[in-house]
Amino acid sequence: MALVLNEDEVTLRDTAEGFFANKAPVTALRKLRDARDETGFDRALWAEMADMGFAGVCVDEDHGGVDMGFMAAGLLAEQMGRNLSASPFLSTAILAATAIRHGGTAEQKAKWLSAISGGRAVMALALDEGAKHNPKGIQTRAETSGNGFKINGAKAMVVDGHVADQLIVAARMDDEQIGLFLVDPKTAGVDIERTIMVDSRNAARIDLKDVEVTGDARLSEGDDVLTKVMSAGRAVVAAELLGAGGAAFEMTVAYIKERKQFGKIIGEFQGLQHRASHLYSEYQLARSAVLASLTALDEGDENAAKYCAMAKAKLGSFAKLASQEGVQMHGGVGMTDEYDIGLYMKRIRVLQELLGDASYHFDQLATQSHY
Amino acid sequence: MSDLKQFRAETRAWLEENCPKSMRAPVKSDSEMYWGGRGAKFQSEDQKLWFERMLAKGWTVPSWDKKYGGAGLNRAQAQILKQEMKRINARNPLPSFGIWMLGPALLKFGSEDQKLEFLPPIARGEIRWCQGYSEPGAGSDLASLATKAEDKGDYYLVNGQKVWTSYADQADWIFCLVRTDNSGTKHQGISFVLFDMESEGVETRPIKLISGKSPFCETFMNDVKVPKENLVGEEGQGWNIAKYLLTHEREMIGESPLSRSLSEMAVQQTGTVEGKMPDPYLRGKIAEAEIDDWAMSMTMARMLAEAKAGASLGANSSMLKYYGTELNKRKFELLMDAAGHDGLEWESERSEEGNLARTWLRTKGNSIEGGTSEVQLNIISKHILQLPGA
Ligand SMILES: Cc1cc2nc3c(=O)[nH]c(=O)nc-3n(C[C@H](O)[C@H](O)[C@H](O)COP(=O)(O)OP(=O)(O)OC[C@H]3O[C@@H](n4cnc5c(N)ncnc54)[C@H](O)[C@@H]3O)c2cc1C
Repeated sequence: MALVLNEDEVTLRDTAEGFFANKAPVTALRKLRDARDETGFDRALWAEMADMGFAGVCVDEDHGGVDMGFMAAGLLAEQMGRNLSASPFLSTAILAATAIRHGGTAEQKAKWLSAISGGRAVMALALDEGAKHNPKGIQTRAETSGNGFKINGAKAMVVDGHVADQLIVAARMDDEQIGLFLVDPKTAGVDIERTIMVDSRNAARIDLKDVEVTGDARLSEGDDVLTKVMSAGRAVVAAELLGAGGAAFEMTVAYIKERKQFGKIIGEFQGLQHRASHLYSEYQLARSAVLASLTALDEGDENAAKYCAMAKAKLGSFAKLASQEGVQMHGGVGMTDEYDIGLYMKRIRVLQELLGDASYHFDQLATQSHY
Repeated sequence: MSDLKQFRAETRAWLEENCPKSMRAPVKSDSEMYWGGRGAKFQSEDQKLWFERMLAKGWTVPSWDKKYGGAGLNRAQAQILKQEMKRINARNPLPSFGIWMLGPALLKFGSEDQKLEFLPPIARGEIRWCQGYSEPGAGSDLASLATKAEDKGDYYLVNGQKVWTSYADQADWIFCLVRTDNSGTKHQGISFVLFDMESEGVETRPIKLISGKSPFCETFMNDVKVPKENLVGEEGQGWNIAKYLLTHEREMIGESPLSRSLSEMAVQQTGTVEGKMPDPYLRGKIAEAEIDDWAMSMTMARMLAEAKAGASLGANSSMLKYYGTELNKRKFELLMDAAGHDGLEWESERSEEGNLARTWLRTKGNSIEGGTSEVQLNIISKHILQLPGA
C-alpha cells in the first residue's frame, strides 16, 4: 500500500498548495460570506479549477478529464481544507462524477462527464433526508410510471443543491432497492430552498412532489454505484478534514509560540505542550488513515469501502479535537470572528457530519464485522 | 516491484510449509516464548523446530548482515516477512532485547570486533541480554544516573545499583549505563558498557509486580570488573548511544501485541444478541479502538517507508511509543469491560490463572517502560513541535 507520495503526487500537491493559498484563501471565503454571495462560491475560481484539470480529476480522458485518481483528488481536497476554499469540488467533481462514471450510460457520460470536467455543470447529490446521514433509511420513492418514474420525497443537506444544474436523487424503487436518478432542478414539482450553513457554505432542502422523469434518467445498478459514490465522498471529505484539522493544529502551535502570559511564552507550559503533542500524534494517525483509504480506492482493494468509512470516522474525531483545542488554546481571541480558528471549527463541524459522523461509522463497522 | 512480489510469494510459501501449527497459536504470556540464553530450554518440539528453521534462514534477525547471523534483507523485504508472519499469526521465534535494542546500537556504534563478538550469539539465541538503564534516583531523568565506573587501567571498576532491570535474573549479559566522569553536565560523562552477569560482584533480586509475576529485578554492582574492550563507542559518549537505543526500544513497545482482533476477543467474552454485542456503548468504543488500531498500523508502515533505508525514526519513535502504548492500555480496559466478572478471576483453571487480568495489569507498564508517556510528549514538544522551554 502506497503510504508515501510519489514524485507526481508531490508535484501535484505543491501545485495545489500554491493554487489554493493564492486563489482561494480564507479571506476569499470571508468575502463571499460578507457579500452574501448568491452562489456561495466563486464561479471564476471553479472555471480556473477546471482549466487546471481539478474538476476532471476523477473523470476519464475520453470525457475531458485528467483521470488522476482518488489519491490526486484527496491531495487537492487537503489543500482546500487548509484554505477553507469554497467550490463545488465535492458535489460535482467527486460525488456526481463518480456516480455517472460508474453508473451512467454512454449518453449520460457524454453529456455530463464532459460538462463536469469542463467546469460547465454544477451537480448535486440528493441523498440524505433527515438530520443524520442514513442511506438505509431513504424514504423518497421513485415509482414506475409509464416509461419513466414518478419521484416523491424530501431531501436535506444537498451540498450545492441551490445552484446545481442537475441533481442526482437517491430514491427507493418498487423493488425497495435504491436507485439514482438524474433530475433537472427546473422540472415541475421540484422545490429548492437554499440553506446557508454554519460554515458559510451552502446546501439545500429539496422537496420532490410527483416529479416525472423518463426511464433513461436512471443510473444503472443503484446500490453498488451508491456505495462507490459514498466511499469516494468519505475519503475525499476525510482528506479535506485532514487539511482543515492540520491547518487548525499548525495555527494553534504557532499561536502558543507567540502569546505571552505570566512573563512566559504560553507554549512553555507543559499543560499546553502535552495537549499539542497529543494532537500531533492524532494528526499523524489521521494522515495515514486518509492515505490508506485513497490508495485502497485507487487500487480497487476489496476492503476499500470499509477503509473509507474508517478514515471518515477517524478524521471526524481528529479534526474536531484540533478545532476544539485550537479555540481553547487561543483563549479569548479564539472566540472572535476576526481570528480564523473559529472558521475552521465551523467547516470541520459540517464535514464531520457529511456522509456519516464517527458514531455512524462505528456502528456500521461493528455491524459489518458481525459484532 | 516484481522482485518484492516474488519475495512475498516465496516467503508466504516457505512460512506455510515450515511454521508448525502450534507456533501459530497466540501466546498467553511472555514465558511461553523462547527467549534464548545459556540456560534456555525449548518448551516443545515444535518450538525448537520453528526456531531452528528460522535461524537457518537468518530470519531471527532478518535485516542484519549475513556475517552477523542475519539474512541481509532490506527494509521492504523485512517488512514483507513481518507482514507474512503476522498473516498466519506466526510466533516470534526469538524475542530478545539483544535483537530489539542492543543489536541496532552495536551496529551503529560498536567496533567491528564487538559486532563480530556479540551479534552472532544474539542471532543464535545463545546469549540473553538485559538493560541496565534505570536507577532508584534516575527514572525519567535517566541522565542523572549515578552508577560509578572508575578507570583502573585495563578495566573499569563498577559500583552502584540498577532497578526495574527486566529479566536480569535470567539474562547472561547486561548493557549498562555508567558514569565515568562527574565533572561536566549530567549528559556528559555517561558511558555504555557491556558485562557478563556472572561477573563477580553482580547480584539480582526479583521485584514482584501487580500482575503477580516477577519479570524484573533490582541489580546490584559491587566492585564489578568490566574489561575496557567492553566499552561501546567513546568513553563519556554513552548518552547518544543510550538515546539511539531507546528509539528502537520505543518502536518495538509501540507495536500492538494482540494476535487476534479486539472485537473477536471481546465477542468471545460477551457473545452477541441478534449479531450485536449486547452493550451498545462498549460496542461503539471497540469499533473506535479498532479504527485507531488500523490507523496506528498504517502510521507505523508509513513512517517506516518514509524513513530512508537504515535511518531511524528519530523523535517520531516517541509518537509511536506514546500512541501505541496508550492505545494498548485502552484495548485491555475494553477487554476487561467485555469480560466483566469472568475477567476478575485470578486463580482458576477457567481463567487460565487470571490470564486476562494479569495481562491487563501488565499493559499498565507499557506507558512507563522505555520512557513514560509524559516523557514521550516532552520529546515531541521539544524536537518536533519545537516549543520553547520543552
Ligand atoms: C514493565 C517495566 C519494565 C522495565 N524494564 C526496564 C529495563 O529493563 N531496564 C531499565 O533500565 N528500566 C526498565 N524500566 C524502568 C523504566 O524505564 C522507568 O520506570 C521509567 O523510565 C520511569 O522512571 P520512574 O519509574 O523512576 O518514574 P518517575 O520518573 O519517577 O516518574 C513518575 C511520574 O512522573 C512523571 N514525570 C517525570 N518527569 C516528568 C517530566 N519532566 N514531565 C512530566 N512528567 C514527568 C512520569 O511520567 C511519571 O508519570 C521498566 C519499567 C517497567 C514499568
